[in-house]
Amino acid sequence: MSLRCAVITFPGSNCDRDMAVALEAVSGTPAIRVWHGDATLPERLDFIALPGGFSYGDYLRCGAIASRSPVMRAVIEAAGRGVPVLGVCNGFQVLTESGLLPGALMRNAAQNFICRTVGLKVENSQSIFTGGYAQGQEIVIPVAHHDGNYFADDATLDRLEGEGRVAFRYTSPVNGSQRDIAGILNDAGNVLGMMPHPERAMEDAHGSADGRALFANAIESLVNA
Amino acid sequence: MKVHVHVSLKPGVLDPQGRAIHHALEGLGFIGVNDVRAGRLIELDVADDTSDAALDDMCRKLLANMVIENYRIEKVAA
Repeated sequence: MSLRCAVITFPGSNCDRDMAVALEAVSGTPAIRVWHGDATLPERLDFIALPGGFSYGDYLRCGAIASRSPVMRAVIEAAGRGVPVLGVCNGFQVLTESGLLPGALMRNAAQNFICRTVGLKVENSQSIFTGGYAQGQEIVIPVAHHDGNYFADDATLDRLEGEGRVAFRYTSPVNGSQRDIAGILNDAGNVLGMMPHPERAMEDAHGSADGRALFANAIESLVNA
Repeated sequence: MKVHVHVSLKPGVLDPQGRAIHHALEGLGFIGVNDVRAGRLIELDVADDTSDAALDDMCRKLLANMVIENYRIEKVAA
């Protein structure tokens, strides 16, 4: 049985094709492309990806308008049923704006757009997304964002750390994120939001192939489920 | 009915934009500027019978992000 992975495209998404290519590379099956205005998702989805970009031109707040689009109601419902949802960059912003993940992503502390390869430490290697890494492993993945400065109040940060929900941390400060958080999980562990772009680190020719294990482990877990 | 919604960052939340504006003001030679916080003004034109509760709901569901922002609703005389 082939897996059914979907990539949601909003007006202004620009990493949707890269995301679809990454999913196909590890699953062997083309990803289903879903348009934001669709009120329903294709049936029996195994995996949903929210790609990077600048949905709705970042109007109001990054991810704010996309998170209220018709298809997101279906994504929230699917996440509630346990379908794995991965949000990268703008996808992470959409996940926090939709309430699927806590906190918010603010303008980078130094105000500049940051586009470079960064080091990440795998803080939780137990999730469907991170099981392909060793606990504490350091990996190299590119970031490209203006608003990746993760903010949550101290009680929320303590809870995220205490429950092992910090998936990735920057190995050195990048954008002003509280506690250098680069990616977090929801409490059930089936929703991951992260600012770095694993889909841009799929093979050595990209400069790093460290992102591949994320997709490979998720797909493998689903196949074996 | 004209309504102004003032959205501002909560106290204690770092405001990189305000800091950059502050820096630029100082660069222009303005002295005595202690702090700058940047917010957003959203102007609504709504039906006259729109309830306060509905306006509040609009702010909480979309216009402000309650994790980092506060809002203030101001009804403006036409």
